[in-house]
Parts: sequence; structure tokens; C-alpha cells
Amino acid sequence: MSFAGMSDLRELYQEVIFDHNRKPRNFHEMAEADRVADGHNPLCGDQLTVYLRLADDVVADVSFIGHGCAISTASASLMTEAVKGRTVAEIEALFHDVHAMLTDAAPEGRDFGKLQVLSGVREFPARVKCASLAWHTLHNALTGGGTARTE
Amino acid sequence: MSLERNWAADFPILARPVRGKRLAYLDNAATTHKPEAVIEAERSFYRESNANIHRGVHWLSQHATDLYEGARERVRGFLNAAHADEIIFTRGTTEAINLVAWSWGRVNLQAGDEIVITAMEHHSNIVPWQLLCAQTGAVLKVLPIDDAGQLQLEACEQLFGPRTRLLAIGHVSNALGTINPLARLIARARAVGARVLVDGAQAVAHLPVDVQALDCDFYAFSGHKLYGPTGIGVLYGRRELLTAMPPWQGGGDMILTVAFEGSTWAEPPARFEAGTPNIAGAVGLAAAIDYLSGIGVAAAAAHQDALLVQATDEIRRLPGVRIYGTAEHKSAILSFTVAGIHPHDLGTILDSEGVAIRAGHHCAMPVMTRFGIPGTARASFALYNDERDVAALIAAIRKAQALFGVEAVA
Repeated sequence: MSFAGMSDLRELYQEVIFDHNRKPRNFHEMAEADRVADGHNPLCGDQLTVYLRLADDVVADVSFIGHGCAISTASASLMTEAVKGRTVAEIEALFHDVHAMLTDAAPEGRDFGKLQVLSGVREFPARVKCASLAWHTLHNALTGGGTARTE
Repeated sequence: MSLERNWAADFPILARPVRGKRLAYLDNAATTHKPEAVIEAERSFYRESNANIHRGVHWLSQHATDLYEGARERVRGFLNAAHADEIIFTRGTTEAINLVAWSWGRVNLQAGDEIVITAMEHHSNIVPWQLLCAQTGAVLKVLPIDDAGQLQLEACEQLFGPRTRLLAIGHVSNALGTINPLARLIARARAVGARVLVDGAQAVAHLPVDVQALDCDFYAFSGHKLYGPTGIGVLYGRRELLTAMPPWQGGGDMILTVAFEGSTWAEPPARFEAGTPNIAGAVGLAAAIDYLSGIGVAAAAAHQDALLVQATDEIRRLPGVRIYGTAEHKSAILSFTVAGIHPHDLGTILDSEGVAIRAGHHCAMPVMTRFGIPGTARASFALYNDERDVAALIAAIRKAQALFGVEAVA
């Protein structure tokens, strides 16, 4: 039973979300990127581009640009912090676990760290796609897929 | 503002709380709620009158046919069409416009012909014409709008020419609320011999419509924005045009004779209603028209306009609010942004306060592009709204501003 009230709203809009919305981290283009992917949510118009620079199997640098709601911007910003320095395999595993956390239930034993704040969207089904857009785009950048779409 | 009668009491859904709060439903441009009379008409049809139409010799079939054709006559009266056979039932406005594009458009347009639309059209009055242009080589011309969201009439005049075959125009903009100056534009289209289609989806619950006075060739609307059911809509078409138009869907009920060597078509409106139609929906739509006519479209509009004025005045006093669509002639739609809060975040926070609005591009992406924004928040009013809904809207926006810490942003 999903019944979002004021307390659920506070769960969704935590200070970390506001902070990353106002001051998104790694928010810039990257000329030396070797992987780039676009993400688009046609329903709400959210649009972003994710840039990656790989060193062997490790994401040496990651950044994004675009525009969207607070949830989508904060999710992208938090994501760049979470994946920098990780291996492609680790990031793919994280992508699947974050997706599970946003839509269903978080996998047991996974410590999401700061990303935990994103779990609040679970009570707002209409907003899940906002939080997941950046992650789908990152996934496409790593796997060579086309434009990511969440709707 | 005091109501002569509490119209909200006629709408059962308004009594249910949402998210533990009194529901302030301000998403009426998306769809309106249904009065008890409409709900009962559909229920009663299935309990008392259900049968297929136009084909049974049995009593129930004749009864259902009478109800369906009676609904057509009520729509005729509502639009003041000259003849009931000028009324075609469709799934909605979108299907009505597609019908004209597929049937009228494919036999009347050639490469180089021009279709004139406006920069404020809903996607459903853009995309069918783009598909038609791709098929025929016709060209789309777009009437520009100014910063207030009104057509720039001087520039518009020049877009009509000897190749103009059709003007397809919204009566009221769903994203901006603008009421378009149809009389002047239709006269302009007539002067170059063009046909005129009016998308009335946002107009029928707010403006009395007289298709003969308008002098349009086609008028499309949806039942569900008129307190009627979803899945039922109307295309009005001038009789001499409909008679000359080919079918666009084949099937039962639209034929005169069928043989493997070839088939012949029924006269309009049956020619354009292949297959078993939404009979209960048509009956429900007739009940909605009866309901609204009992109140009077003009009386409902006066109430909705008063709410729009009040909401506009109050929202303007909030810091950081910008209104999109400030035309002189406006219907009950208030499109706005709040500095520092994305429309979707605003929509979620308002929802938690029981205030239902639309957030996004409102299926009018070119309007958003014109104003350089990804979307707006949109509050839209119906006859059952009142001052409490406006107060809830304003209070919820204040709450969102407090949550986002943007009260001081001006």
C-alpha cells in the first residue's frame, strides 16, 4: 500500500537531495571522455548526458550535464561520486542494485552509503523514472547502448 | 463569489480524500470528473438497455439504437450543427482529427499544398498533419505566437496563400489557456478557399460552441473533458464534405454492400463508424451534455473565469512565480513556473497536500520550446472547483517554497 504523506515527502526530499540539486557535483562536459551517452525522459523533458573516461577497467573520471527535477539532478550527481574509481563490473552490479532499491526492495547486505537517500522515491512511483534516468544513461555509456529513455 | 448551487456535490469522487487530505482537483484540462448523472447513465445502459445497435430485429437492439442515435441528436444540438448525420462518434479528439487527416486529407492534398496550424497546438493537432504531409508532400505552416501566448495576427495573415488547403487550429490552448480569435482566422482561411478544422478539446466545457456561426468545416472534441466518459468523442463535419469523403476504417456498419469484387459505402455518419462503437460512452456523453446544459455553459464559464482571476491574482503575489499564457482572452487554465523548483518536484509536493495539478509539457512541446522551458505546472478549473481549491493551491506552493528554501527568490 503506497500512501505518501508528509513524512514520506521528507524521506524523498532530504537535505542531501537539495544539496546535490543546488550544487551538482561533476557537473560539466568532458572533452577527453571516451564514453558518452544521452538520457531522455520524454514524459517530463528531463535530459542529461553522461561522460566517462576509462583507465583499463576503471572509471577514472565521470561527469554529466543536463536539466531535470531535483530528484533527477541529485541522483545523477550522487551517481558520479559513487562510481568514480570503481571497476566496470562493480558499477554494473551497483546499477542493478540501485535499480532494485528504487523500484522494489534493496538487496540485503548492500551498503548504499549516500545513495541510500534515493530509496525515498519508492513511495512515489511516478518519480522512480526521475531517479533512474542517470543510472540507465551510465549503463548505456558502459555497454554501448543508444539514448537511454525512462518513461 | 457564491454558488447558486453546490455543483461539487454532484461529483462522487470529490468526496474521497487523497493522501489524507481534502482533494483539490485542478487537473481538469487533462480530464474532468463525472457527475452522478453520467455514472448512472452508463450503469443504467448496461443494466437495462445493452445490445448491439443498427443490426438487431429484437427489442433491446432497437432500444439501444434509439439511445445511441438520441445521443447523436443531443450532440447536434450542443454544437448547433444543422443535421444529426454531421455528427460522427469517435474515441476522442485525437481520433477525430486523425479521421480528417486520413480520409479528407489523403484525397484532397497534393505535393506543395499547405496546412496551416498554430505554434500552440496540442500534439494531436500537429502529428496527424505531419503524417499526412509525409504521405502527400504537403507542407506545414505554423502561425507564430507572442510572449503572452497570443497569435501574432499580422504575421499570421501572411501565412495564408493560394496553396493553403486547411487551417487546423485549437479553439483554446491546453498549455496556455489562450482563446484563439477564430472568427477572424476562419474568415482569412475562407478568403483563400481553405477548409477549417477546429480542435475544441479544451473549449467545450468553457465556451458555448455554434459550428454554423463559427463557419468551420470540422469541429472535434472529447467527452471526458466535458464531464463525460473516456473513450468517446465527436467529429462534426459539414455534410457535403463528409458525403464526398472516403472511409478511413473498414468493417461492419460502414458498408452498403460487400462483395469480393468490391464494396460500397454507407452514407455518413455510418461510413465513418466501422465496427461496434462505444454505445454506452455515447449514452454517457449525452448525459454529460444534459448535465452541463442544465447549468449552462456560460454560467459554468463565468464561475471558472472568476476562479482563474482569483488564482492568477493570488499566485502573482508569491515570490518567483512566472505565469505562461497571459492572453487577453483566456480560458480557465493557469500555467506557471516557480523559481528554484522544477515543475515535477512541485507536482509531487502539491500532491502530498491533496492538490492535483499537471506538471510537464502538456503534450505541447513546441510551446515549451517557444518559451525556452522544459515544462510548467498547470492548474485548470472546472465548475466544481471553488475558493477552497485556490486556497489549497496557494498554500501548497508556499509549502513547496519553504521545503526548497526558495521563499526569498524573487
